[in-house]
Amino acid sequence: MIETIEASLIDWSRAQFAMTAMYHWLFVPLTLGLAMVIGIMESLYVYTGKEFWKTTVKFWMKLFGINFAIGVATGLILEFEFGTNWSNYSWFVGDIFGAPLAIEGIFAFFMEATFIAIMFFGWNKVSKRWHLASTWLTGFGATFSAWWILVANAWMQYPVGMKFNPETVRNEMDSFLEVALSPVAVTKFMHTVLSSWIVGALFVVGISCWYLLKKRNVDFAKASIRVAAIFGLVASLITAVSGDSSGVQIAKSQPMKLAAAEGLYEGGTGVPFTIVGDLKVPKVLSFLATHDFNGYVPGINNILRGDYTTPKGEKALSAKEKIEKGKIAIAALDTFRIANKAGDKAVAEKYEKVLENNVKYFGYGFIKNEADLVPPIDIVFWSFRVMVYLGAYFILFFIVVLWYLYKDTFTKRKWLQIIGLWSIPLGYIASQAGWVVAEVGRQPWAIQDLLPVGASVSRLQTSSVQITFYIFLIIFAILLIAEIGILVKAIKKGPEH
Amino acid sequence: MDYIFLQHYWWFLISLLGALLVFLLFVQGANSLLFTLTHDESSRTLLINSTGRKWEFTFTTLVTFGGAFFASFPLFYSTSFGGAYWLWMIILFTFVLQAVSYEFQSKLGNFLGKKTYQVFIVINGMISPFLLGCAVATFFNGSAFFVDKSNIGNDIMPIISGWANNWHGIDALFNPWNVVLGLAVLFLSRGLGSLYLINNINNDKLELACRKQIKKDAVAFLIFFLAFIAKIFLASGFAVNPYSGEIYMEPYKYIQNIIDMPLLSLIFIVGVLAVLYGIFRGAFVKSAKDGIWFSGIGTVLTVLALLVSVGFNNTSYYPSSIDIQSSLTLANSCSSEFTLRTMFYVSLFIPVVLIYIFFAWRAMDRKQISSKELDEEEHTY
Repeated sequence: MIETIEASLIDWSRAQFAMTAMYHWLFVPLTLGLAMVIGIMESLYVYTGKEFWKTTVKFWMKLFGINFAIGVATGLILEFEFGTNWSNYSWFVGDIFGAPLAIEGIFAFFMEATFIAIMFFGWNKVSKRWHLASTWLTGFGATFSAWWILVANAWMQYPVGMKFNPETVRNEMDSFLEVALSPVAVTKFMHTVLSSWIVGALFVVGISCWYLLKKRNVDFAKASIRVAAIFGLVASLITAVSGDSSGVQIAKSQPMKLAAAEGLYEGGTGVPFTIVGDLKVPKVLSFLATHDFNGYVPGINNILRGDYTTPKGEKALSAKEKIEKGKIAIAALDTFRIANKAGDKAVAEKYEKVLENNVKYFGYGFIKNEADLVPPIDIVFWSFRVMVYLGAYFILFFIVVLWYLYKDTFTKRKWLQIIGLWSIPLGYIASQAGWVVAEVGRQPWAIQDLLPVGASVSRLQTSSVQITFYIFLIIFAILLIAEIGILVKAIKKGPEH
Repeated sequence: MDYIFLQHYWWFLISLLGALLVFLLFVQGANSLLFTLTHDESSRTLLINSTGRKWEFTFTTLVTFGGAFFASFPLFYSTSFGGAYWLWMIILFTFVLQAVSYEFQSKLGNFLGKKTYQVFIVINGMISPFLLGCAVATFFNGSAFFVDKSNIGNDIMPIISGWANNWHGIDALFNPWNVVLGLAVLFLSRGLGSLYLINNINNDKLELACRKQIKKDAVAFLIFFLAFIAKIFLASGFAVNPYSGEIYMEPYKYIQNIIDMPLLSLIFIVGVLAVLYGIFRGAFVKSAKDGIWFSGIGTVLTVLALLVSVGFNNTSYYPSSIDIQSSLTLANSCSSEFTLRTMFYVSLFIPVVLIYIFFAWRAMDRKQISSKELDEEEHTY
């Protein structure tokens, strides 16, 4: 009997990774965003010497701590899940992918762990400036950790700086700088971290609006809103710019993801952007993808048929041709290894060459149907829209808030306070939607073109993964309920306690 | 600095991380005694706040251990985590519960109530040192896995490693010698936990309880630890031929390793003696608060020597009990020379990390923690 990988194992492994990652991402953006807001506020405290700022900082810090704990708890599993559930992936690219994870642990996590202790428990133990430095270093550590994990993620989307080694049967790094400073990583970092700052800003504005609605702690609320809204507006604008660069990069390196995000089957020049249903803005998708209103954007079918010219000026290959080349690469690897073992140098060399010429399409060799190359379109299409529309809304929202603060009538604008309060979840939704576009949109690839998810999994029984999936689901759900309960109590108590 | 050197360098760092992790399990050990050492809610609060200012280091070391293993020996990361799935998952579950429990346990609106979170802390305190000990024991006793890298050239079943049974790591508990080391690590962590509390907390009653408790845990630790050491020193070990990469059984391999590497045997002996001396001071010297330093450093040295010995001197550090040629060695499981070299340069910055941890701890631990301080402090667990 030939052993095969069960489709259900792949699906459950994906479901578990998606679920644990999304849970983790409920807490990370707030950590990243709130850390900056707290840093700014504490700087104001040290600069002005006003006790008012200290009280304010301490309140937001308390909420930060509650959120941070569960972020750490949910993050642990992700560090190990590449091994537990994606073991084949871990060997195939561990030589490259492991490094950013290790660096994240050694430098970023220890920085966070060390300075967060001073930030929470050091108020009476170290000097004001020492404490301020610790607060910033905690936030910096969190941001630094985001950098490295996004380097790792960017590499999966846009693998660079490596070479396939048939003797060890894996990809091996040949340029650390290409990996660590990949343009996709830079854009991803700007887009992900800055959009997380928006989540933090919305949180602070929203909670403060609640105090205003309750007509309590007015000075505290106004001061918090002022800091957070300025910060939020800057973050929203930079997020929009980095989102734009991200679009151009995706059009080049992951055209299928872009086509899926638009639900575009047949491409062309001057392609419109769909607002909703049949409502379209002419030429905008072309502009987003190529910064040229008449730029060419391939559709899903064009990519499968390979009937267009790539931005590099090469004729695109059809899915069929890519799969063929992938199969040639895999077979060549097999022949190479047999010949190498038998000491047949001539044959080994010959097939090493064949492999080298086709290795770019290695992952396609594992693809069974061409249709598997198309990600789930509806999910990507709608997530993309949710992200973009909310992103635009946030810019508007912060401008309006700042306008009324400037006019000093914000405390009277009850409607805006209600909107502010209800904008908190929108930040989370936009952030999650962004990740859905990035991750669902690149299916079936674990590593773009090199390894599909189906060839990445660990050899487990589906039932094992199902059980751990449910255990995580239950544990995380309970912890989330507890976290929200604790946050709500702390907010109701207010900053004076 | 050739490839062989880099492999050994990285195994040394992994061993050091593992050794630090076992030392930092004092957090778990102390937590496992939460309901044993304390007599009322206020002393429980003291204990939780005392370990609560250190738990992040244990946690971070565990995470870094995973990340560094991934970067330097990806085949281990892939084979062990993906194969001994349940063993690692259970360890992770308990750490997940622990991580939130500190922050949540005393807060209003925490949904499950204080007691539940304290029980989570105890569960993590008992289970994680035990299972981590069992996992480390498999480095000597072997696990049921096979690896065939050629599978990647098979487009139907490309997965290179697999576990030979459906227990996926739980089977480590079926080998009594794994359990023996698991228990040794558990009792060691409890001993270290008591020593840490003596050092960190200013409370006479709790201190007395710790000194009493150490005696019990020390006896249990010694029995299990010496039994395990005797067993591996007498047993055959998994040796590797450095030229062909072939793996074979060699009688008395592990004791031979210690003899072949005299510096290592010195580290091992000094380590064990330091652990014992620290325990002695904690248990029998009334005013001594420094036991944790001796036993802590001793633990790091002992575990370091053991882990280094199982990887160096042409030994297979993660042997397969069902297909000996699948066993992992430094050479067949490590990252490429380029990656190990790059990471070598990165690792040169580690002392910077250690220096700021040292200064931060010193600033925070200048004074012992007391109930009075906790009453004055706004942020407590």
